[in-house]
Amino acid sequence: MKLALQRCCTTPIFLKQYETSTNAVLGRLGVQLTDEALNCCGYPLKSYNYKAYVLASARNLSIAEKQKVDIMTFCNCCYGTLKEVDERLREDPALCAEINGKLEQEALKYEGNVKIQHIMEVFYHELGSDRIREHIVKKFKGLKIAVHYGCHILRPRELVQFGAPGTAAVFDELVAMTGADLVPWQLQSDCCGSPLWGIDDDLSAALTRKKIENARASGADYFCLACSYCQVQLDRVQKRLLDEGRITDPMPSILFTQLLGLSMGIDPDVLGIQENQINISPILDCID
Amino acid sequence: MIFNISLYLSLIIFALGLTFKISTWFRYNFQSPSKPFSAWERFYAAMGGIMATFFSGRVLTLLRTLLLDVFCQRRIMRESRLRWFMHMCLFWGFTLLLLMHALEGMFTSNLFEDYASTLNPFLFLRNFFAFVVFVGIGIAIYRRFIQKTPRFFTNAMDRYALIILAVIMMSGVFLEAAKIGSFERYSQMVTDYADFDGEQEQKALEALWVEDFGVVSPNLTSPFDKELLTRGHELHEMNCAACHSRPQWAFIGYGAAVVLRPVALPLDRLGLVTLLWTIHFLACFIGLAYLPFSRMFHILASPLNLLANSVMEKGKSHPANIITLQMMALDACTHCGSCTSRCSLAVIFEEIPNPNILPSEKIASLKTLASGKPLSEHQMTVIQEGLYLCTNCYRCTSVCPAGINLQELWFDVREAVLKRGHPELLVLTPFSMYRGLLSPNLAEADYHRAQEQPIAGIEAVCSALSKPDDPIKPVHMDRDFKKQLLSSANGSTFSYCFTCITCSSVCPVVRNYPNPSEVLGMTPHQIIRATALGLPDLVFRSRMLWYCLGCYQCQDACPQAVRVADVLFELKNLAVVRMKNQNRQTGEIS
Repeated sequence: MKLALQRCCTTPIFLKQYETSTNAVLGRLGVQLTDEALNCCGYPLKSYNYKAYVLASARNLSIAEKQKVDIMTFCNCCYGTLKEVDERLREDPALCAEINGKLEQEALKYEGNVKIQHIMEVFYHELGSDRIREHIVKKFKGLKIAVHYGCHILRPRELVQFGAPGTAAVFDELVAMTGADLVPWQLQSDCCGSPLWGIDDDLSAALTRKKIENARASGADYFCLACSYCQVQLDRVQKRLLDEGRITDPMPSILFTQLLGLSMGIDPDVLGIQENQINISPILDCID
Repeated sequence: MIFNISLYLSLIIFALGLTFKISTWFRYNFQSPSKPFSAWERFYAAMGGIMATFFSGRVLTLLRTLLLDVFCQRRIMRESRLRWFMHMCLFWGFTLLLLMHALEGMFTSNLFEDYASTLNPFLFLRNFFAFVVFVGIGIAIYRRFIQKTPRFFTNAMDRYALIILAVIMMSGVFLEAAKIGSFERYSQMVTDYADFDGEQEQKALEALWVEDFGVVSPNLTSPFDKELLTRGHELHEMNCAACHSRPQWAFIGYGAAVVLRPVALPLDRLGLVTLLWTIHFLACFIGLAYLPFSRMFHILASPLNLLANSVMEKGKSHPANIITLQMMALDACTHCGSCTSRCSLAVIFEEIPNPNILPSEKIASLKTLASGKPLSEHQMTVIQEGLYLCTNCYRCTSVCPAGINLQELWFDVREAVLKRGHPELLVLTPFSMYRGLLSPNLAEADYHRAQEQPIAGIEAVCSALSKPDDPIKPVHMDRDFKKQLLSSANGSTFSYCFTCITCSSVCPVVRNYPNPSEVLGMTPHQIIRATALGLPDLVFRSRMLWYCLGCYQCQDACPQAVRVADVLFELKNLAVVRMKNQNRQTGEIS
């Protein structure tokens, strides 16, 4: 299977391990990724210039369309953006025509024939849980995971939650396949605080801290998530808060691709386990 | 005489230009008017750094970079094979022409005892190198003028570089062609070197040169009888062959001579050879004199930048040297467009036509900023916007063939520009995440000032009803504002609101504060209500609007299907338009 990967702009500098672990896991599952020509999804532009926001995603969708492949993202913000733009262009023919007028000079055209999937959906719906299970060679034992969904695979409901089972249930089931125990916690569906990092750091940190404390209180050992912005916040920013003494009891965070990769028996170095800011290597001891 | 005067003049201008340009590497910076280091401090730091590098193991790194990145141009190869081929043609073709042909007196004639420019292999090689350069020029013209790539700009400097190169090359080719066909030159050479026994011999040699060497004679025309040519050949062997290979070896020059043949005689009498020679050397000298000021300066700056970058690192190298390196990097840019072709945000130039969004075009503004030229407030805001519209995805930096650390450059300039105090609304968007993650590198006061400025700027412009006790009157209500929202599918949903406060009660930002209104101004349901009343100032001024996470909890919880978060996004877009218009107006007045 071939998919166009909408890479998130945060990964080359801050989250190389998300790319390497994704490549490793998908490679084993027989998924090929083509990502060369895609640009930023437009997410940071939404409050500044909505049309530019639409244009950015529309270009990516039209490139995928031209290459006759579907699009996959491993970031919730990219996912939400692509989904929204796709919907907007479908329901607003005038906007669609205007955007296509701009894409024309690159011989591109948005026609709405591309399926947009989050990496969790690719695992569950495209590859199927049976195929994933076949590749799982080691299971975790006694590992308590607080699943962190992130906002844009859940909301706005009408845009992203029409499949059955819904993305949250898919996420839970995939984590459970690795043998990890899922711990329910109250702030599971709340925002990680990332959108405000750099705008009002105290507010952003307060939201992050609440989540960490809440998950800690629920008895979990690790966050597990599948979004680059959430991971930067819950790993890199959390590390900073820890160093500055603004939190005392950290909650390390593992990317789902790293978790799945470990249970598929992929080398921890390939998965970039050492590259996480808050040490997650004790998780290796939980592999049965 | 003219040759010598123009040679020395161009050398003087070149030397002065070089000194001036190199001095800017030490004098210019982005921090004006406050300078962290004086020019001399930076010069000494650079010398110190160079010496330290030469006496360490890093010399090997330098040699490696010189071989792979400078001579083999590996970085261009990674970007595109065609462009690598083009650049190799231009670089090696021109370099070899320069060494073998232009500097023949210095190099070639000293290396080879019996060197003559009209003798093989030099005759052939000169044409071969020229051919290689022409291939390069051809690809460059195709890339810049025939292949239409969106957002790939060709500026005056790019055109100049191609034109001066083309003039030098074409004048050279036609000079050679004119010399091949020139009867005047032939006669002169015969007078100087030949030894004849009677008129018949003179005729025999001339016949041979007309037949085989392309001379256009007023006296003789082909065909000639065999005997005459045989005699001519003997004479040629005696008198000319030591210095003359067959001109067909000069395959480009000879081809041009064939083309010129019908008009060769009259033009020769008019002094075409002298004219072309003058054009040829003047073009070379103009190219030389103007080189430090043109894009061609990258010939020097790009290799230096590649070498310096291979041994320097922020945090380890002297901070003065980092500034100097960045100034040199501005000259190392060749405006090749690789960065823009890979830029994650380049496409939005079609929607926000600010050239400063595109990395390759940003460099021009950076040069202006570095030189300290005064810029209007409006120009500054445009540059600032372009600098902030960057996702910091590192793609430009990883592809730059000149090895410029663009990402670091953008970051440093962005901060320097923000310090000047023009409020930047983009600071209130997720583009700020990168800045937030790198904030330990910034002075705390500078970091926070840039965060406060945009909100203060909005408060200053959107000041209606600023006293909490002011009653809302019809005069405050802006119908256009409401109409704008009503015209969009999402925005218009504000009208379904019955102020149940669900949105505000689920909002994680609101819930974070014991007294939300104190910090946030209005909470989401109040923003929706103020929108319904048509009170843009009240809405735009609210911190809540700018602190919305976009997490969509409010929207999912709304019992009335008001698209709360989407309405907030639309309101922010309207606020941006309002502030931009305001800036434009004040910018024009000032």
